[in-house]
Amino acid sequence: MIEIKNIEKHFGDNHVLKDITHKFEQGKTNLIIGESGSGKTTLLKILVGLYKNDNGSVFFDGIDVNKMKRKEEKALHQEVGMLFQGGALYDYMTVEENIMFPLTMFTEKTEEEKLERVNFCLNRVNLKGENDLMPSELSGGMKKRVAIARAIVMQPKYLFCDEPNSGLDPKTSILIDNLIQEITKEYNITTIVNTHDMNSVMEIGEHIAYINKGEIWWTGSKEDLIKSENKELNDFVFASELFKRIKNV
Amino acid sequence: MLKLLEHLGQYFIMMKKVMSKPEKFKVFWKQLLLEIEKAGLNSIGIVLFISFFVGGVVSIQTAINMSNPLLPKYLVGLASRDSLILEFAPTMLSLILAGKVGSSIASELGSMRVSEQIDALEIMGVNSASFLILPKIIATIFFFPFLVIISMGIGMVGAWIGGLSVDVTTADFLSGLKYEFNPFYVTYSLIKTVVFAFIIASVSSYFGYFTKGGSIAVGKSSTKAVVSSSILILVFNFILTNLLLA
Repeated sequence: MIEIKNIEKHFGDNHVLKDITHKFEQGKTNLIIGESGSGKTTLLKILVGLYKNDNGSVFFDGIDVNKMKRKEEKALHQEVGMLFQGGALYDYMTVEENIMFPLTMFTEKTEEEKLERVNFCLNRVNLKGENDLMPSELSGGMKKRVAIARAIVMQPKYLFCDEPNSGLDPKTSILIDNLIQEITKEYNITTIVNTHDMNSVMEIGEHIAYINKGEIWWTGSKEDLIKSENKELNDFVFASELFKRIKNV
Repeated sequence: MLKLLEHLGQYFIMMKKVMSKPEKFKVFWKQLLLEIEKAGLNSIGIVLFISFFVGGVVSIQTAINMSNPLLPKYLVGLASRDSLILEFAPTMLSLILAGKVGSSIASELGSMRVSEQIDALEIMGVNSASFLILPKIIATIFFFPFLVIISMGIGMVGAWIGGLSVDVTTADFLSGLKYEFNPFYVTYSLIKTVVFAFIIASVSSYFGYFTKGGSIAVGKSSTKAVVSSSILILVFNFILTNLLLA
């Protein structure tokens, strides 16, 4: 479980996150939704350690990240998997090398053991046998799946996904969403997905936090979302005609 | 001025991160070989081409400007040798390599930054500055002196052929090459090369590593890297020449 308490973040005079307190539950897909510029990416970057929060605390299974020693922080990094918007695969490495990279850097496994783990992860994301392809030879959906394989290769306890469906067709989006949810359940990990794709919200939204103007305005499940009377949330979620009709059914 | 100090501060903070022990020597060694290939081996062709023709032009121009019959012909060899060893091979070649290798380093790191590949390394717990930049610095420091030695040799071959075309005999040219040769000139040249290699790799890495934005920002970083490296090379050329030769 990940807990954040009174998180604040400024960029110059811009107060991006204002006193955010929230819990992300283990074994569930926790969604952060909100408009562009609402602060959700900043929050995700604070959670993974790319940005430092100005105030407040982040707890990973009860341990305050800001009070961790360097060694503990490094150990924590190895328990974190991240799926980036564009995949962030290393251009000069093959699919196999990309997935194997964390194992090579942080474990003492033999080549055979590493390859076995890589093949297992590739199989898990339905890319069996695609080891030797270069990232430039992959489609958008395949890149995301390789990135998922790389994110889970170290058997993380926490999985972060930044806009996992951006740039994907609806069918591939659902495939990626389902894969994220299956992995979350299978390994009982804490997954946090940053999205503004309403299809994703309706597909995998178990525990949703709506961020608006740097504050959490609403939390609940996808079922609660449909029933919600929160005006700002409804304006955001049910912006399209299709979702307006779903709400009114 | 404030901006310059900000850049300097950020550069030294980055260099502190760069100069740390590699996480795994096996991985570091692999990265180093890759960088030697990219920055060094892939530059041999352009070094050979430019050095040969510049050497030829230097000797032809020297010969044309020494029309006084009292000046011995072997001076063409001597002047070509000193120009190539003292200035062309270390300084001019470094300026050319700042354009080729420097822009390549900045655009590579800039692309990695904007496509979040550097963030991915950081999240894994990898010291991205050390992992990406240290091999580039070591590869250039290690390989550029070889390029400069090759450049000196090929430049002199070019100068010899250029000399032949303006009636400087091989004997005169060789006599000029050997005349009062000071081996410290080569040491001076190599010292300059090592400093310039460090400037090219570290300054270009700095601009690439801190790229913000999209593909246009990558292009801007690349330009800034080449311009800044070139200016620093010229400034340090002046300082080192004063320190080592004056």
